[in-house]
Amino acid sequence: MHYLPQIAFLLLSGVAVWLFSKKAGDIRRNILLGKDEDLSDNPALRWRNLILLALGQKKMFNNPLVAIMHFIIYSGFIIINIEVLEIVLDGLLGTHRLFAPHLGGLYNVLINSFEILATGVLVVCIIFLVRRNILKLKRFLSKDLNGWPRSDANYILITEIILMGLFLKMNAMDQVLQARGAEHYYVTGHFVISSLLSPFFENFSTNALISLERTAWWLHIAGIFAFLNYLPYSKHLHILLAFPNAYYARLEVPGKIKNMPAVQNEVLYAMQPELAPTDATPPARFGAKDVFDLSWKNLLDAYSCTECGRCSTACPANSTGKLLSPRKIMMATRDRLEEVGKNINANKEFKEDGKSLLHDYISVEELRACTTCNACVEECPVSISPLEIIVELRRSLIMEESNAPQEWNGTFSNIENNFAPWKFSPDDRDAWVRQ
Amino acid sequence: MQVNTMAEMMMNGETPDILFWVGCAGSFDQRAQKITKAFATILDKVGYKFAILGKEEVCTGDPARRAGNEFLFQMMAYQNIQILNGYGIKKIVTTCPHCFNTLKNEYPELGGNYEVIHHTSLLQQLIDEGKIKMKEAGSFKGKKISYHDSCYLGRANNIYEAPRKVLEALDAELVEMKRCRKNGLCCGAGGAQMFKEDEPGDKRINIERTDEALATGAGIIAAACPFCNTMMSDGVKNREKENEVAVLDIAEMIVESMV
Repeated sequence: MHYLPQIAFLLLSGVAVWLFSKKAGDIRRNILLGKDEDLSDNPALRWRNLILLALGQKKMFNNPLVAIMHFIIYSGFIIINIEVLEIVLDGLLGTHRLFAPHLGGLYNVLINSFEILATGVLVVCIIFLVRRNILKLKRFLSKDLNGWPRSDANYILITEIILMGLFLKMNAMDQVLQARGAEHYYVTGHFVISSLLSPFFENFSTNALISLERTAWWLHIAGIFAFLNYLPYSKHLHILLAFPNAYYARLEVPGKIKNMPAVQNEVLYAMQPELAPTDATPPARFGAKDVFDLSWKNLLDAYSCTECGRCSTACPANSTGKLLSPRKIMMATRDRLEEVGKNINANKEFKEDGKSLLHDYISVEELRACTTCNACVEECPVSISPLEIIVELRRSLIMEESNAPQEWNGTFSNIENNFAPWKFSPDDRDAWVRQ
Repeated sequence: MQVNTMAEMMMNGETPDILFWVGCAGSFDQRAQKITKAFATILDKVGYKFAILGKEEVCTGDPARRAGNEFLFQMMAYQNIQILNGYGIKKIVTTCPHCFNTLKNEYPELGGNYEVIHHTSLLQQLIDEGKIKMKEAGSFKGKKISYHDSCYLGRANNIYEAPRKVLEALDAELVEMKRCRKNGLCCGAGGAQMFKEDEPGDKRINIERTDEALATGAGIIAAACPFCNTMMSDGVKNREKENEVAVLDIAEMIVESMV
């Protein structure tokens, strides 16, 4: 009987880690469904991007107030995890505050700083809930977020508030129990924040307090495990994927559009047939119709998106009421990829479902509105490029479906025949010299 | 002013210091032709030996590639690179940020390697070197000017300061729009939008940007791209401000103010 809580804990943590690993494996497999692309060059610059953009959240600081609040949640999340390490070890070993006797005065300093951070996180989460739901911020009101995405954002904030609340409550009761000299409750010294809550628990009996303290402890760690398993289904996955996404960010100037060597060669062989190899086979597909045709980096982008909407606020098309929303491009890509992943899980391999990213998830009208201005790319705090996906889908529209607006067909034919997008005689190209 | 083509230069056994890539807008669009002439005049005045490709120049393929027509882009790129490499071109200047971006960033991996510079950067160099000297009381002195960042110069290629430095040389009062530099709002022409109607929405992008420019109270909107120039000029006309507000290319302002 004595080992029962430890066995229960082992089971709980085992199941939590197993479920998370399984889902993480699925996500990895889904990302690798994308086309291969070598992004391993220049590691020094890539590490620099990881440190500045992901760890340092450089782009968030375009708006310093929001950046500081976001940084509090983020550092709270990372640093409080040191405390989670102790909680997990306590759970497995059947101990209580395992680190306390070994760290002496430092333990008190650590727990106090966690408490201050936890309070910071709690306050900021409340502010963020207000920002999302009461202040009318355009990017949070957007129809992009209708349904699950809007709830997702709120669930994350509420869960964090509950977890931080349980952490402080647990410590508050611990303080009372320590003062009463209850068995196993190691004397840690004064906790600045939770001690303010202690008076609420003074009137409880020691036994009642112990069971309440244990309940808070179990709920807190169970909540953390549940949250871990919620991550892969949520926009909150960015807390993990922002790091690889910053590392693998494209390093070339944003103005450069990815080359298509297959098309380059086709044109070369048409112009210089003597160069054409006899076994040249044209690519199966031009551009991207579905997630399989995108690069794995585009798919990593989709899973890294936290749906903040900075891209869409900056987008000239979106901000003038067009259907295009770069955020929605990323959300649609992830939704389609998840659907493909479920299909693979159910059928062992992908079974044709008659759907595709293009048309079923992203419409022609959206794609047509993009000015390729790079505002969305510049804006993204986690190094996502919605523009790359838009261009790949446009390529499929034009080269696979010959689907272009009338005006563009005219432009193409002018470029091809008159060597300019307008219908002027090529002989007049230097007419300005004589005018 | 004498403007030579590469073919003429070759025939005379001459090599230019720089090739002036005029671009389709600069060659055919009546408004943009004025920018072309202004810039050619500046090059001529400072004694730059330059040439154009003339009839041998074709569209860089920028709008085709961005619309999704990679075949057409590759065809244009192939032709241009053949011509440019054939003449052994080393250095190119262009008044169009789209041509600039394509020549500089997209041609190298197709076999076209040149030193490519945008005209605003070259103007800045010429001013810094003292080769362009400004009149004591130029026509833009003390005037309120707002510079509109072209996406393909700014975000695409990180050139924000050169055009502003050139404008500073005019001794004018520079005022920034609400969204400028890396936050600059597109004029609405990029990505081949220039050649089609806006998709359905609440407002045209060029009107949105023009409103921002007009809100600065500037009498002159400075542009560094022929497409931005068209979009902003249309916006100013739409708001019936064409008598109070002028949309000018930086080269046009320099040619008017230089000694």
